[in-house]
Amino acid sequence: MTRAKVEQKSSESVNQKKFFSQLAGLGPVLALVVLVIITTMMNSSFLDVNNLLNLLRQVSINGLIAFGMTFVILTGGIDLSVGAMLALTSALTAMMITSGVPTLLAMLIGILIGGVLGGINGLIITKGGAAPFIASLATMTIFRGATYVFTDGNPITGKVMNDSFAFQFIGRGYFFGIPVPVIIMIVAFIILYILLHKMTFGRKTYALGGNEKAAFVSGIKVKMTKTWIYVISGIMSSAAGMVLISRLSSAQPDAGTGFEMDAIAAVVLGGTSLAGGRGRIFGTFIGALIIGTLNNGMNLIGISSFYQQIVKGIVIIIAVLLDRRKSA
Amino acid sequence: MKVDMIGISKSFGKNHVLRDVDFHLKDAEVHALMGENGAGKSTLMNIMTGLLSANDGDILVDGQQVHFNGPKEAEEAGISFIHQEMNNFGEMSVLENLFLNKEIKNKFGLVDDYTMRQQANRIFKTLHINYDLDRPIGELSIGSQQMIEISKAMMTDAKVIIMDEPTAALTSSEIRSLFEIVRHLKKQGVSFIYISHRIEEIMQIADRITVMRDGHTVDESFISDTSVEQIVTKMVGRDIGDFFPTRQVHVGKTVLSVSNLNRKNTFHDISFSVREGEILGFSGLMGSGRTEIMRAIFGVDAKTSGDVSIDGKIVQIKEPSQAIKQGIGFVTENRKDEGLILDFSVAENIILPSLNDLVKHHILDEKTKVDFVDLLIQRLTVKTDGQNISVGSLSGGNQQKTVLAKWIGAGSKILILDEPTRGVDVGAKREIYNLMNELTDRGVAIIMVSSDLPEVLAMSDRIAVMYEGTLMAIVDSDDKLTEADIMTLATGGKKL
Repeated sequence: MTRAKVEQKSSESVNQKKFFSQLAGLGPVLALVVLVIITTMMNSSFLDVNNLLNLLRQVSINGLIAFGMTFVILTGGIDLSVGAMLALTSALTAMMITSGVPTLLAMLIGILIGGVLGGINGLIITKGGAAPFIASLATMTIFRGATYVFTDGNPITGKVMNDSFAFQFIGRGYFFGIPVPVIIMIVAFIILYILLHKMTFGRKTYALGGNEKAAFVSGIKVKMTKTWIYVISGIMSSAAGMVLISRLSSAQPDAGTGFEMDAIAAVVLGGTSLAGGRGRIFGTFIGALIIGTLNNGMNLIGISSFYQQIVKGIVIIIAVLLDRRKSA
Repeated sequence: MKVDMIGISKSFGKNHVLRDVDFHLKDAEVHALMGENGAGKSTLMNIMTGLLSANDGDILVDGQQVHFNGPKEAEEAGISFIHQEMNNFGEMSVLENLFLNKEIKNKFGLVDDYTMRQQANRIFKTLHINYDLDRPIGELSIGSQQMIEISKAMMTDAKVIIMDEPTAALTSSEIRSLFEIVRHLKKQGVSFIYISHRIEEIMQIADRITVMRDGHTVDESFISDTSVEQIVTKMVGRDIGDFFPTRQVHVGKTVLSVSNLNRKNTFHDISFSVREGEILGFSGLMGSGRTEIMRAIFGVDAKTSGDVSIDGKIVQIKEPSQAIKQGIGFVTENRKDEGLILDFSVAENIILPSLNDLVKHHILDEKTKVDFVDLLIQRLTVKTDGQNISVGSLSGGNQQKTVLAKWIGAGSKILILDEPTRGVDVGAKREIYNLMNELTDRGVAIIMVSSDLPEVLAMSDRIAVMYEGTLMAIVDSDDKLTEADIMTLATGGKKL
């Protein structure tokens, strides 16, 4: 091969790389826009304000979990126990409320318990050296089992929960016309956005996923930072649990089953690399909206829920293939 | 087998690594390939074995033009490359490693253990070696693993064996048996390309030598026609005296002292100290415990016992963050693995140890960060198209300067540099030496671990020499001290 040819080829590949990385940055937003256009064309009521607010409210629970999952995946880890943490903290909170603890206090304790559960994951992974996949797979079944033990397998509900103002407000309330769960999601997004992109904690998170050894030698407390990241995931899961029990006015022992999949899907759709080190929490927000739009849109159009699962799976595969393209 | 490489050129981006290089390997000879780090030796060998493809030039094997699309094709043609870092699977047995991906199968498609054992033992016999085929290879010494690599090469019927720094981690008796095997195989018609920095060894084993510098071949001659001095001068391109900057030493008070430091099976009873403005060199063979001591001081690895004191006070350092708080910086020997996050930008890498200094009201201050990084890039003359360029795309020298920028930015008062100029081109090397002088002028204490003897002699004020986990001596580095003196200590007092 002549030198000129080689140079031409390498500059082409640089351009290609640039093109794909720009595309990948815009990709999630672009995908969302396309999805919205298609859905609107098939059923124009999709764009009704009420439907959009409804969509956002549906997204809020997955969004909260996925924000926490973003931190975990940025370090190259995974947290499969989010759905089970949601169920366990919901059940414990509901039990506290039905036995007379003031609702808001019970919720605060519930969220703290979520943090502790996440911390357990973190310690097993950092101190114990277990792979995040296995560690959180094990705690997933433990937390789920504990939920069944505490609830005896029955839903927890009661008049207190139905009548509680806090429940009414969080579950069904509006604030300036916006559903409260949506406000909670947005506030959480802002806080976590600042944590990830404006504070040292975020730089450490990225560094862990980029090259853990180099991060360690650079003085980052790897174990502590990682443990805190799993604590965040626990807190976000239990916060999502609080929203869920407020909406249902009850805690279901099987709540949150499969939620880990939607959360991981949102993170990946948002362009975060499963290998860690690369991604943005804004992408996760868009990813969650894509999944929400798919669910909401397919319901509006009248696609059976069986097919919906297939479509969601295909969308995720496409996203992952694009991610591979980007890292190649 | 004869191999001729003619007019080989290779560049990575704008970086021309090889320019019109010729290399001629004859039948049944040991051909030494020498040159400084970054001279292009490895690139040339990677082109010969098809790992890289040249931008220009031809490769002829026994007069026939060839083009290998990868090491496998080169191996089939009879050219084997034994890399410095051997690709062994430590948990797997000697036998499994020998036949990895080349397993012999019986007619049922199952692995034929019996035939493989026979074949392995036959090869061992021709090499006059003997190893337990069922032992996990990781339990063998590096020297033994090297012998097994050679066996592997012989199994593929190699006619040319390339060895990259084969003796770097060997004891002197292992070196002797390696040389015996090399001579033995040479008699049977095998040619060797022997890449090494150790001139004394090359004078012993090689028939001819090719010297490379800055991507050119500067000399090809018979060993009998040349001398150590001539080779060194050709490698560096000038007298060594001019190559290293002169040091003016103003030593202050002791800043770091280490007493009776131990790590089980790694190093024993290490005591030394280093003063403000001083460069303490650490010499010794690979695996002698130099790097491990530094890792223990910095808290990367645990120590078994012993104390580290800073400014006379004993400090507890259990992880790097604590070492950094005490003002220590650590440039690790492997910058791609532990020094840098290659996918991240220059800026993101530089700020890592200094994150807490760039914060205003808990928020990372973008402007402070940009100014901080800009200042360091200028001060260290890191050649980059901007601070947001990914560090992996920079040349080795500029990557190394980025690592140094991290620690200078963190305000380290004690800098541990492990192989600071490895894989760095000659120009950047000089800049790094100048920087070291500049730092010591301002009172920074430097500990420099290096396998590069001329570098250790020229830059250090005192030299600590390690041998098999023991600190043999700390000697003043003056004009009378020679490489041979250091080598004697580093090989346990016996001359090679």
